Amino acid sequence: MNAPAFDTGAEAVRRSLQRVQRQRRVVAIALTLPLLIFLLATLLVPIGALLVRAIENPEVAGTLPRTSNELADWDRHTPPPAAAFAAVAADLQALEDGSMAGALARRLNSEVSGGRSLIMGTFRAVRDADAWPSGLDAGATRERMLALDDRWDELKYWQAIAKNSSRWTPDYLLASVDLRRSAEGDVIRMPPDQRVFGRILLRTFEISVVVTLWCLLLAYPLAWWLSTLSARKANLLMILVLVPFWTSVLVRVAAWIVLLQREGLINKSLLSLSIVSEPLTLLFNRTGVIIAMVHILLPFMILPLYSVMKSVPPTYLRAAISLGSPPLAAFFRVYVPQTYPGIGAGGLLVFILCLGYYVTPALLGGADDQMISYYIAQYTNVNINWGMACALGAVLLAATLLLYGVYRRLAKAELSLG
Amino acid sequence: MKLIHIAAAVATLVALPALAQGQLTVINFGGANGKAQQKAYMEPFEKASGTKVQAVEYNGEQAKIKAMVETKSVSWDVVEVESPDVVRGCDEGLFERLDWSKIGNKADFQPAAVRDCGVGIFVWSTVMAYDGDKLKTGPETWADFWDVKKFPGKRGMRKGARYNLEFALMADGVKPGDVYKVLASKEGADRAFKKLTELKPNIQWWEAGAQPPQFLVAGDVSMSTAYNGRIDAAQREGRNLKISWTGGIYDLDYWTIVKGSPNKDAAMKFIAFASTPDAQAEYARNISYGPTNNKALAKLDAKVLSQLPTSPGNSKTALQFNIKFWADAGEELEKRFASWAAQ
Repeated sequence: MNAPAFDTGAEAVRRSLQRVQRQRRVVAIALTLPLLIFLLATLLVPIGALLVRAIENPEVAGTLPRTSNELADWDRHTPPPAAAFAAVAADLQALEDGSMAGALARRLNSEVSGGRSLIMGTFRAVRDADAWPSGLDAGATRERMLALDDRWDELKYWQAIAKNSSRWTPDYLLASVDLRRSAEGDVIRMPPDQRVFGRILLRTFEISVVVTLWCLLLAYPLAWWLSTLSARKANLLMILVLVPFWTSVLVRVAAWIVLLQREGLINKSLLSLSIVSEPLTLLFNRTGVIIAMVHILLPFMILPLYSVMKSVPPTYLRAAISLGSPPLAAFFRVYVPQTYPGIGAGGLLVFILCLGYYVTPALLGGADDQMISYYIAQYTNVNINWGMACALGAVLLAATLLLYGVYRRLAKAELSLG
Repeated sequence: MKLIHIAAAVATLVALPALAQGQLTVINFGGANGKAQQKAYMEPFEKASGTKVQAVEYNGEQAKIKAMVETKSVSWDVVEVESPDVVRGCDEGLFERLDWSKIGNKADFQPAAVRDCGVGIFVWSTVMAYDGDKLKTGPETWADFWDVKKFPGKRGMRKGARYNLEFALMADGVKPGDVYKVLASKEGADRAFKKLTELKPNIQWWEAGAQPPQFLVAGDVSMSTAYNGRIDAAQREGRNLKISWTGGIYDLDYWTIVKGSPNKDAAMKFIAFASTPDAQAEYARNISYGPTNNKALAKLDAKVLSQLPTSPGNSKTALQFNIKFWADAGEELEKRFASWAAQ
């Protein structure tokens, strides 16, 4: 065989190797493609839409273009010009259908209480062709609108319109951290009786921390004990952990209501054993919420801990003790550090799941035990203020990402579930 | 709450293939009220018209209706909504405007029952309730409800500002007729929250209408605000729960048709059927909520009438829920309530 032939042979092998590798890559991408599309469609796009909705503000800009124009140069402290009144009437008359006025009314009402009835009342009046004369000049329109509803004399409604005439707004996000824009556009704090989300966010974190710590405290010895048992016994006991894990959250919450109520099993036992003389209040307060949440989330702590502990060779601990370390010190200085990945993964998992908890606090908590998701649901379902709901969702998302970032920095590793 | 969503999703799936064969999806609040509706409205209507009626429970979330209308995939036809939502939904174009000539003579109905997008289904009331076995003499006024010395024990109240602020003002001595005038001012709202603070350590909050009777029976609370029909349902089950009607707040629930419903004609027929005196009288016999069609009253005997929120004895000191006030001030007051609760 001469040299060129050898070269061609090597070249051919290299090419065919490349072809095989390319094929493998294509197959690999093709295999992950469904998952990528799934992630894009179910996670990234909705989250993107949520973030957009938190800053979107189409109502005033879309329905009151003339008014926004007239108010552009207004100083926001003196009564608005008569032309602005005429512009409001013209804008409302020009609306294609009533639902747009409804959306505008809702938007202004969430800014200033009373905006809803003011807008809807005026909308109906200016659309009534028999009662509302056409061809009024600006001054006459102003007179007429003031006669219709004297609230048009109040600056706060005009300020709300002027402030919201752009298509994008930071207001929802500001409100979700108890800030707002003043009439001039400066960022200031909410009035004290409207400050709420800061405290609720803090409460959400507080409940999550307490639940995570309790879970760790209960799960650690249990997982350790499970990891020392023979595989058969451990599997049997693991089923006891998993059966509640597979049971619906609602069922477990309902069961806790039965157990914890004033004349429930726990109070009756405590009373009959004379441990307490009065039934304890365990339900519809923080205690009930934490008990049920710890119970529901415990498996999320046990499983990562168990899988990490299974991989820790028992010889290290024995070696430490045989080298003279007291057993307790050996446990904490040799064994526990080897389970840090499990503690980190379990802790983070439980904590992040806690942050979004909704059903359990809603059913077992009082008015001051509700976490941020309760208010997201409230704004979505009850107030139909989706901008506010999305802004609160964005804050929750940011908090979760931030925590994950902190965890990665501290653990210097990807989240591992063992 | 999740269960309801799943139920709704399943119902939607079930309802889809049947659309063509005259099926109607009616959404209501379920519970004792849902059962009474089944008996008085759904079953007789199915028999009379041949249209199958699928009743689905929900919790009053308007978000779902908004999403259906916005995405033009309407699978709900007739929906029972609370009064603030009928006005708001009508303004925002979530509901069809109703043709009253197909429903009946407006003059036969209570004035509040006649709306552009809704027909009143029944009159219900939020009242004081207590367990007659545990309290021999019950509370007479809202001041009694606030008096934890005279009546020790916890108080059940709905989680939220609505109703509670009105009750607080009445407990503070405001006459029912002046409640909304006072509440509309900043000072009035301050006064209501201040009064509510007095009772705060003794309040056990409830979320769903089924909870107050449970709380009372379980002895968790000594008295509670409650929807009168839920107390009535517990009485029918043999519980000795009692109602004190003084200063109750009465309100209506409404039938609406979701905008773009594919079964609009059948929906109109269903609403017209459910608004007839006979059907409404049958409903009132099954749960003590008052008819909105005045002609139904003549068909009811004295015993049933005495249990209705609309009977003269019960409505003497009652307050009508002010839809306009809450549509305007609701969001701000609920936020203030959340802030107050967190303190």
